[in-house]
Amino acid sequence: MLELRKDIFADERDDNLNEVGKGTQRQDMLGHVTGTSTYFNDHKLQGMLHLRVVRSAQPHARLRRIDTSEAERSEGVRRIIRGSDVPRNLNTLLSLINFGKDDEPTLAVDKVRYRGEPIVAVVAETPRAAAEAAAKVRIDYEDLPAVFDVEEALKPGAPTVNETYPKNTFIYHERYDHQKLRFGDVERGLAQADHVLEQRYQMSPIEHAPVETNGSIAAPDTNGRYVVYTSTQALFFSLDTCAKILDLPSNTFHFIGGTVGGGFGGKVDTLTEPLAILAAMLTGRPVRYVLGREEEMQFGPPRGAERIYIKDGVMRDGRIVARQIRGYFDSGAYTRLSSYAVVKCAAHLPGPYTIPNVHGDIYCVFTNRTPATAMRGFGITGIDFALECQMDKLAHLIGMDPMEFRILNAYRDGDMKAHRREAKNTALIECVQVAAEKAKWPMREEFRRMSSRKDGGGARAAVPSTPRETAATRPAPAQQRTSYDRGLSSPPLEPPPPPPQSPAPSSSHGATRFSSVFGTRRR
Amino acid sequence: MTKTPLQFRHNGREVALFVDGGTNLLVVLREMLGDVTPKFGCGQGGCGACTVLIDGEAHLSCLTLAETVEGRAVETLDGIKTGPNLHPLQQAFAEGFAAQCGYCTPGMLMAAKALLDRIPQPSREQVVEAISGNICRCTGYEPIINAVLAAAASRRASA
Ligand code: FES
Ligand code: FES
Repeated sequence: MLELRKDIFADERDDNLNEVGKGTQRQDMLGHVTGTSTYFNDHKLQGMLHLRVVRSAQPHARLRRIDTSEAERSEGVRRIIRGSDVPRNLNTLLSLINFGKDDEPTLAVDKVRYRGEPIVAVVAETPRAAAEAAAKVRIDYEDLPAVFDVEEALKPGAPTVNETYPKNTFIYHERYDHQKLRFGDVERGLAQADHVLEQRYQMSPIEHAPVETNGSIAAPDTNGRYVVYTSTQALFFSLDTCAKILDLPSNTFHFIGGTVGGGFGGKVDTLTEPLAILAAMLTGRPVRYVLGREEEMQFGPPRGAERIYIKDGVMRDGRIVARQIRGYFDSGAYTRLSSYAVVKCAAHLPGPYTIPNVHGDIYCVFTNRTPATAMRGFGITGIDFALECQMDKLAHLIGMDPMEFRILNAYRDGDMKAHRREAKNTALIECVQVAAEKAKWPMREEFRRMSSRKDGGGARAAVPSTPRETAATRPAPAQQRTSYDRGLSSPPLEPPPPPPQSPAPSSSHGATRFSSVFGTRRR
Repeated sequence: MTKTPLQFRHNGREVALFVDGGTNLLVVLREMLGDVTPKFGCGQGGCGACTVLIDGEAHLSCLTLAETVEGRAVETLDGIKTGPNLHPLQQAFAEGFAAQCGYCTPGMLMAAKALLDRIPQPSREQVVEAISGNICRCTGYEPIINAVLAAAASRRASA
């Protein structure tokens, strides 16, 4: 049975939860077990045509010539669609909230920037006819040097992936090439530390691989409207994106979705709807555009790769006194949602710990890889992986228990976070205590007695003086080997660390929330 | 294109149609007969979403040439209820939270049915083996395995 620790937020809200902790049947379960839940592809429409996309075979190339003449004559072909047929053939997903510049075509025109990028769409009577005609499209590529590594992409002289962002980084507020966090003096903190540990972390792209591939069916409706059945996870977002790309009012479209065959973030990018609708507009017939499995894997956007460097200064007693982070988020060839992932990542630094000197630089980098997108906590998952590995290594380095080490450094109510917002409703200490208890992990009495509500604020609520920037970015440091990596036995145990200072907890609960995308505060 | 006549039993009902050479059973079921319970996940035998029973045995319909089911009995999820009553497997999946998005569920249920029809009281290992060709990306396999075992147990109880 689920155990609820309602005491932790008892003064934050009434204890009126009466569903959590009980099993409740999904409303769609009966449909699922009887096979009657309707997915987008379960609609069969009279006279439906099938759309297939010809994709770039190259990661980076100029398109010298696209010859569709043979494909046009192929049996069953009703229409060939090129970039010039797309009313507004340049878009960026977050332009709907006014964030970022249009940088991605629906169909590539002059250049391709990743393998699998759409170039031409073929619409035909049957899937087979569409596939056969697609194979007859001739594309003449002029290969360009490609870059696949985030740090290579930032070096001077690296090929420009996306001309909208010539330096291969997303530009924030029209002037900043990365997200920056400065709190205190990290150089001084590192100089004072008993130990400094510098590590490099790398996370690969991860494919969502939903069992249902991305797709949609668009059909002409009455009154000049179009009905669209889609696998999207973001129905109105997709609808508005189509309205922009097709340059039509959004009430032209009636989107029907809701039953998604697995998404996990991989079905928010409006991959298929614009072309399906455009094809329905151009042919006057219902059109289905569904990705095959290889397309889903190659062209379907993954969770972006990340590379993260962390340099920490830690005292023998276990206190982390400085944390310096440099992160590179691999956006692939276009922005999609990665600019936002980077904001989230920067907002998450330095993890749920109170550290007096924090220094963060996070870049959204363009490479010739499949554009990245959302996936379960994107922007956070990679940095958390790096931070928590680092926490284990630090604990090992100073010979401290990793659970106690986290409790010692955990933020407490009233502490000042590196973003200059007061920490409130913190519960990391309690989480670690419960996890240790469940895992039967031995923990000393004083750590079992610590609380997020005690010992915070006071000196820990101060905003340290922060020097102004001058230094340029340094080159990537070498990976530092630790005894943790080598799996050696722990160094001798140090005396127990002093518990944090305990001034009266701050009573201020006026912390504001920070809207990461707009950079504005809201209550 | 020349069409081939094809006749088989679909969930107990005799059906006859003409198919193009090379057409697979999944397309015949979904597009020609309108039975959309088998799902397309890969079209290459990798996911099991298209699993159906042919003469009681689990097969991947996306890799089955339609012409090869001539005269045989094809069973899909659409045919496993008895009137309005759910099959014990359907009941157990629903009660055991063995589906989230539901897209793998038809294939899972058919693979499980093939097993229970053959071995009414399977071991856990036999259940794992029976659904080893079916990918689920949402639910995790534990609730699915438990649901199959629960269905077997409920049958034993009612037998
Ligand atoms: S669709 Fe048949 S195995 Fe995937
Ligand atoms: S429930 Fe979504 S794939 Fe199994």
